[in-house]
Amino acid sequence: MAEPIPVSANGAPGTPGATDTPDDDVSSLKARLRRAERRRRLTAMLLVAPLFAFLLVSFLIPMGDMLLRSVDNWQIPNVLPNTVERIAAWDGEALPEEAVYAAMAADIRAGKESGEIGKAATRLNYEVSGARSLFNKTRRRIERIEPPYKAALIDIDRRWGQPDIWQAIKRESGPYTASYYLAAADLTYNAEGEVVAVPEYRQVYVELFIRTIWMSLAITGLTILLGYPVAYLLANLPLRYSNLLMILVLLPFWTSLLVRTTTWITILQSQGVINDILVWLGLIATDERLQLIHNKIGTMVAMTHILLPFMILPLYSVMKTIPPSYMRAARSLGATPLTAFVKVYLPQTVSGVGAGSILVFILAIGYYITPALVGGETGQFISNFIARHMLVSLNWGLAAALGSMLLAGVLVLYLVYNKLVGIDNMKLG
Amino acid sequence: MAQEDPQEEPFVQFKDVQKTYDGETLVVKNLNLDIAKGEFLTMLGPSGSGKTTCLMMLAGFETSTRGQILLDGRPINNVPPHKRGIGMVFQNYALFPHMSVAENLAFPLKVRKIDSATIEEKVNRALEMVRLPEMGSRRPAQLSGGQQQRVAVARALVFDPDLVLMDEPLGALDKNLREEMQFEIKHIHENLGVTVVYVTHDQSEALTMSNRIAVFDDGVIQQLDEPDQLYEKPVNTFCANFIGENNRLDGEVKSMDEGGLCTVALPDGTSIKALAVNVEGVGSRTALSLRPERVRIAPEAGSLPNIFPARVEELIYLGDHIRTRISLCGNDQFIVKVPNAQGHATLKRGATVDVGWVADDCRALDP
Ligand SMILES: Nc1ncnc2c1ncn2[C@@H]1O[C@H](COP(=O)(O)OP(=O)(O)OP(=O)(O)O)[C@@H](O)[C@H]1O
Ligand SMILES: [Mg+2]
Repeated sequence: MAEPIPVSANGAPGTPGATDTPDDDVSSLKARLRRAERRRRLTAMLLVAPLFAFLLVSFLIPMGDMLLRSVDNWQIPNVLPNTVERIAAWDGEALPEEAVYAAMAADIRAGKESGEIGKAATRLNYEVSGARSLFNKTRRRIERIEPPYKAALIDIDRRWGQPDIWQAIKRESGPYTASYYLAAADLTYNAEGEVVAVPEYRQVYVELFIRTIWMSLAITGLTILLGYPVAYLLANLPLRYSNLLMILVLLPFWTSLLVRTTTWITILQSQGVINDILVWLGLIATDERLQLIHNKIGTMVAMTHILLPFMILPLYSVMKTIPPSYMRAARSLGATPLTAFVKVYLPQTVSGVGAGSILVFILAIGYYITPALVGGETGQFISNFIARHMLVSLNWGLAAALGSMLLAGVLVLYLVYNKLVGIDNMKLG
Repeated sequence: MAQEDPQEEPFVQFKDVQKTYDGETLVVKNLNLDIAKGEFLTMLGPSGSGKTTCLMMLAGFETSTRGQILLDGRPINNVPPHKRGIGMVFQNYALFPHMSVAENLAFPLKVRKIDSATIEEKVNRALEMVRLPEMGSRRPAQLSGGQQQRVAVARALVFDPDLVLMDEPLGALDKNLREEMQFEIKHIHENLGVTVVYVTHDQSEALTMSNRIAVFDDGVIQQLDEPDQLYEKPVNTFCANFIGENNRLDGEVKSMDEGGLCTVALPDGTSIKALAVNVEGVGSRTALSLRPERVRIAPEAGSLPNIFPARVEELIYLGDHIRTRISLCGNDQFIVKVPNAQGHATLKRGATVDVGWVADDCRALDP
């Protein structure tokens, strides 16, 4: 009985009809699979399209615009095109020739008409202080002057007879500039065109960057110290207590940031709750009340409070996944509670600490409103100066350069973190 | 004390131990239990009967509400877990995920500040004992369930504890692996002579592995006995039902007879001769317990004290035996195992047949 079956089975594939049909089947099957997958991919893309468009408009384009703005130098080549063309030939030593002065006069005239000249003046004012008033003065008298323009301009203002304004124009005649970044790093050009540090009394940003970073680190450290035990309790208390605790942790999220910050003002100010209590206890005299706000302490206390949930929640989500049997196993194996905690529990929460730290640190380093309200002079962050340049001094280029440097700093930290801990180990929830 | 035979002195002793979590219900009620050195004692019982709680009290993770626990003659109520020197295997293994297998095994030795050469030697020996000599550098997540299980056992034994507690250690394994691991744990126990307290709710696991089994229900030890005794001589209805298969017939004691026997009348008027194990006296209610394999089909008339006609309701062929459901004395769920021996009785569904049993096999227990 066994013999005939293999024979007929072997014979069947030899016939041409039998080979064609399966081949056709396979290829059409593949095509159908491809079509089905294409449709699925399309659906998936359609689903993420709104978010992608939103991110593009609200995040990627503004970010690119900021990066561009931090190096953009359109004012000088666009408003002073003739001067830029003529000054290329100048050696940069003595005063430029008549042709350059004539070009400048023409540019100012044209700029006056188009109303753009003020922008070039403002731009040059970042390079040479007093440039704006020089241009304003010249603009007012530009209709009355006659060639030779060199003498005429110097006659209007002596500063046209000094090389520094011309050097600045020559240096900044390209479409892009590095001077915003130099300014953001407290650097400038000297008369020889070399990059040097600005005079000490005008140095602001480097110190500010350093302060922002160390205070953010300190705030991150404080949130770890305060948040770790709370997260532990949250993860280990019986449900009814931990729910209550969770509400307490989340409560700050439901109150306005402004309200929370101003609450700290009432608590910390020199006529505030803490000082009153200290005076009442007799620990300090009433005329030596502690300065707890409008300085670094104020910023640090208020920001630690505000950012605490961002540390607690990732920690909690990691701790929740650690079953109590690990600690019990460690204890039963002979470890004291402390050893069991350090050797068994702590290492398993590292990913939570990392996630919380990176979250808190990145939020802290760009924080604006709290330092603005309770930071005073000494507790300001870099973002406060970025805001000032955007809103008050209107030096958007410098604001963009400061912002880009902040962004670069965060990216570097992110890479370092990835190298040390591994971003895959980060658990946010 | 010193003159006493060490075999006589219990190694672990629960004395009138009670435990409540909420102050209202006792999860463990008046537990008295002696465990001898080198014994393999299993706590067996349905879910929620308090087995884990007992184990946790012994390990020191729960405190008893009343009573005393003694280890090697010393009360340990106030000894913290890490000073008890008790090895423990958890149901989910509790292998530390951030350490390699070797580091896991070295952990109890390191905290005891043993020198690294000895640690390495002991770790290697432990790995060999559980037949995983090449796995030292792996992470627990890279092991199969059975391998993790073995590492957990090795870790609980590597620091040479005298007592090892295991809380349903095989619960997460599939049937084949579980049986294999049962033998392995049993062999390790025999080779090392360590005392083991083992928790399970799988009765066949308890029967194959243990020296003695404590059957828990509702926070009380219902019976503490060797496996065969427990199966053949259950002292109450719970044990008879919980371990093995049981036929139950409810009735009333009519008379107490000589030789420890009694006569029980069933509601339909049948009277049965049974062994009076756990009855209060004439007139009291009782539940008769009879194992399915102790029922004989078509016995010779007069050869047994209990012979009754029965109707065959259902036959299930199981190879080595035929599981037969009959209706007898008003109970239509009565199960009989007919061995598939040569010349065995051939039954037909719907047929009427006589069945019978000896009085000693029919135990009159509490209702
Ligand atoms: N931490 C606790 N808090 C309150 N009640 C508890 C706690 N642990 C256990 N119980 C209760 O105690 C009783 C016994 O629990 P235990 O864990 O000892 O049962 P078990 O016999 O081990 O059951 P299982 O076979 O399901 O593991 C149960 O009713 C349980 O609800
Ligand atoms: Mg349990």
